[in-house]
Amino acid sequence: MLNRDDRVPQLRLTFIQYVILGVFLTLAFGLWRLQVMSSQYYGELAQRNRIRTVPILAPRGKIFDREGRIIVDNYPSFTALLLRDQSRDIDADVDKIAAGLHMSQDEVRERIRKFRHMPQYQPIYLKDDITPDELAFIEAHRTELPELETIMAHRRLYPRRGFMANLIGYVGEVSEDMLNQPQFELYSAGDVVGKSGVEQYYNDLLMGKNGSRRVIVNSLGKEVKPLDEVAAVPGQPLKLTIDIDLQIAAEEALGDRNGAVVAMDPRTGEILAMVSRPTFDPNDFAVRISRENWTRLVSDENHPLLNKAIQAQLAPGSVFKIIMATAGLQEGVAQDMKVNCQGGASFYGRYFKCWVTAEHRVHGEVTISKAIYQSCDVFFYTLAQKLGIERIAKWATAFGLGQKTGIDLPQEASGVMPSEEWKIKNFHQKWFPGETISVGIGQGAVAVTPIQLARAIGAIASDGVLRRPHVAFPDQLPPYYRQVMDYNQENRVPLDEKNWEIITDAMANVPTAMGTANSAHLEGIDFAGKTGSAQTMSNALAERLGHAHSMKDNAWFVGVTPRRNPNLVVAVLFEGGEHGQFAGRIAAQVVKAYVEKQRRLPVKVAGVSGPVEVAAVWNDPHGDDADDIQGGRFYVGVPRYALKPERFQVSSSKYRRGTRSWQLRTEN
Amino acid sequence: MARNVSYRDFDWLLFAFVLLICGLGVLEIYSATYNTKFAGVHIKQMYWIATGIFAMFLISVVDYQLLLENVHWMYLVSIGSLLSVLAFGQRYLGAKRWIKFPGGQHFQPSEWVKLILILAVAKYFADARRSELTFFDMIKAGLLVGVPMLMVLAQPDLGTALTYMPIALMGIYLGGLQAKHAGIIVLVAAMAMPAAWHVLKPYQRDRLTSFMQPEADRQGSGYQVIQSKIAVGAGGIWGRGFAKGTQTHGMFLPVPQTDFIFAAFAEEHGFVGAMGVLLLYFMVLMRLIQNAQTAPDRAGTFVIMGVVAVLTFHILINIGMVVGFMPVTGIPLPLMSYGGSSVLFTFLALGIVMNIRMRRFVN
Repeated sequence: MLNRDDRVPQLRLTFIQYVILGVFLTLAFGLWRLQVMSSQYYGELAQRNRIRTVPILAPRGKIFDREGRIIVDNYPSFTALLLRDQSRDIDADVDKIAAGLHMSQDEVRERIRKFRHMPQYQPIYLKDDITPDELAFIEAHRTELPELETIMAHRRLYPRRGFMANLIGYVGEVSEDMLNQPQFELYSAGDVVGKSGVEQYYNDLLMGKNGSRRVIVNSLGKEVKPLDEVAAVPGQPLKLTIDIDLQIAAEEALGDRNGAVVAMDPRTGEILAMVSRPTFDPNDFAVRISRENWTRLVSDENHPLLNKAIQAQLAPGSVFKIIMATAGLQEGVAQDMKVNCQGGASFYGRYFKCWVTAEHRVHGEVTISKAIYQSCDVFFYTLAQKLGIERIAKWATAFGLGQKTGIDLPQEASGVMPSEEWKIKNFHQKWFPGETISVGIGQGAVAVTPIQLARAIGAIASDGVLRRPHVAFPDQLPPYYRQVMDYNQENRVPLDEKNWEIITDAMANVPTAMGTANSAHLEGIDFAGKTGSAQTMSNALAERLGHAHSMKDNAWFVGVTPRRNPNLVVAVLFEGGEHGQFAGRIAAQVVKAYVEKQRRLPVKVAGVSGPVEVAAVWNDPHGDDADDIQGGRFYVGVPRYALKPERFQVSSSKYRRGTRSWQLRTEN
Repeated sequence: MARNVSYRDFDWLLFAFVLLICGLGVLEIYSATYNTKFAGVHIKQMYWIATGIFAMFLISVVDYQLLLENVHWMYLVSIGSLLSVLAFGQRYLGAKRWIKFPGGQHFQPSEWVKLILILAVAKYFADARRSELTFFDMIKAGLLVGVPMLMVLAQPDLGTALTYMPIALMGIYLGGLQAKHAGIIVLVAAMAMPAAWHVLKPYQRDRLTSFMQPEADRQGSGYQVIQSKIAVGAGGIWGRGFAKGTQTHGMFLPVPQTDFIFAAFAEEHGFVGAMGVLLLYFMVLMRLIQNAQTAPDRAGTFVIMGVVAVLTFHILINIGMVVGFMPVTGIPLPLMSYGGSSVLFTFLALGIVMNIRMRRFVN
């Protein structure tokens, strides 16, 4: 039998009790630390664990022409999202994600890096416009890659082949540089914003506000039930003053030539058409433009991304003679001036040629009227000498040359109108009277944009009334835009009626057998204008560089219809067009299209019904070229099928990779 | 030998505490699984508990002296069963831990080997009857526990293997550990650590490293620790309410009905509830030690203290893991975690304790 003295020492058992007490106090401390000290922190983590926030992308506002026809539409597409807070380890999944979405691993990492400053719950826009097989990949890997999600996005659908591209502009993802600037502080990474043209200027209006939906998910990323939803606020539609019919006519008239066309209603300042060549396809930007495509566009010496109608600053050439004539008549200098043109004249010891010598003839005795329609250089050299640079600059400036017109488009160029003050300020040199002679024919330091010329000539034909050009109707705009820009601003430069008639009558002779643009004649239409051929470099420079390098003159034409109080002014810049009448023919086509449309239109009845949607001139961004713009006949093509999201069914078997054509199934 | 065995001497208070813990466990198992593919396992758990209670009463009838006298046979059978697991065991989740019986029942021998070891160690030290242990005694005790431990480690089941250690430690300590020997043990253990690292399976190493830096391994066991801490922390003081834990029900918390049941409980019942459970466990252990003090003989004390050692170790490792103090080892929380083997072991161990208590007034 065992003896009670063999018992285990009591002390050791007590020690064990204290050890156990210690263990329990440690565990209690562990619970205290988590549940009392930092329960809020862990509560938030638990919340974030189970709630997934998925954005609802707001569609951008559509853009319509003045008659309510769609110019820029949206089409539905799917975007792949990366939800960082759903992933246990994104780095480990990068290769799988990259392979499934046909991206490089670096691309995926770069996307993640770009969004690194955003809170974890903010989704990363991984890839736009994903293909059906990429969509299927995401659906099939819900469990393994719970961080991938798809949402429907509305992508911009622009007219194809660069129609109106320089005016409309394009959209793109907001860049990191932009995000660092204060004016973009309301944007967040991944936002699609307008980057040029109307898309940029009216971005705040068009953009809308993304919504979001929150859903409760389990650890597999599976949606258990919806929590709440903040609806997206779609962008507002924008109605432009552009008339698609006239735009088509202008696009067709300029064709493949480099240059620009601006058609404006000088009574209101409404821009009816605006073309710039060469152009680009904004659909390339709608998703994400490839680097090589971008490099090509940026390095092209013909500047396809520039809207030449407002950004080309060039010598106006002889078109400037209208300003000269106005200045001369208003200052009382030109009325009775008679100049004998013998092909040139000497001023300040230098001989200045008249263009007419190139045709081996002379103008003979020239009055102000003949000087305009025959574009006699000698007359205007003489007039310039008489007026002096200050009076020329005063009148040119009064008609808006050398200044921004204030059009509602971004990055408008100001041009240059030289004066004594300008010379001193910029070159710290006195103005030499000899320089005034070249300015008299729109050469020298004078540089204007097509929109400035259209506005100035339109104003002179409208008895001195200058309107601010604009491409959007102000009544649809929020107060902010109306405050920034006075759309109805009117400046009046009073003109003597007699002078007004002399100038406009002489302009009406330009596109006739008597004038410099007889090939631009329009029978039965009161069409007036002025040609211009502007050297792109000085004669001296051209001689030094030799014939091979001498550039062809730029052809200009600014025309109005009718000649007095016109309802249309068209400015045409034809780069390298050599003679103004070639630009004149382009302007004549636009004017003809305009007048014919006016005549065809029934008399407007007050209170016409709302805008008529005839859909876009094009069908889908990747379609073939068969359904083209029916230029010249003012035919607006009706799409073969309407792009409606509910009808947009993706079928991977019908999708052929590489052909870039969505097979759309419509239920009939 | 006149014996005075009666259920009057059964420790009903201890039994009440144990049932209370089991009840809370069943409720939490129900809450954690009611909407999952495991729904209904709380019923199974109740069957296990009922079986356990029955086994407890059954074993309390057999004199523990009889058990101790035959412990060497049982020890040999345990070694045999562990060998058979290694040879014919069911492979599940990469480890051979279960033997499948023809009736379809799975059996995990490593659990009841624990029980045999408690008895074997108790027998060894009770017989040694020395106030101070020699070094040779300790080697023998170490081998007694070490051999089955290495076999379980080979399954591989690090967690269960570790639970054998406190049995040996408790025996050595109560058997009369000398201070200098304690020093040597600590020294040897420290030196053996790097060697042990090489013995560990990759996933075991992974668990240890992820315990050190849970953020570095968000996918694997580090994820489990993080989610467990979130669950516990989100519970706050008062808890999120019965069956309202989002961590538990969103499947963020891994295996909330077994290893992480305490995290699920702490999420739904908060600091107050969790402390209540801790207190219950503490009461159980204190009550056990009291029984050890009143045990009729040296062997009885050793047996009960062996049970105390195993239970304390389980509680420390499991709740320590749940609050982020311990690595993920896959050790269940006794009485609360779902699982037949664990429940059966605990009740059998308690049965032996009752057995000893009922025989405290010998002679």
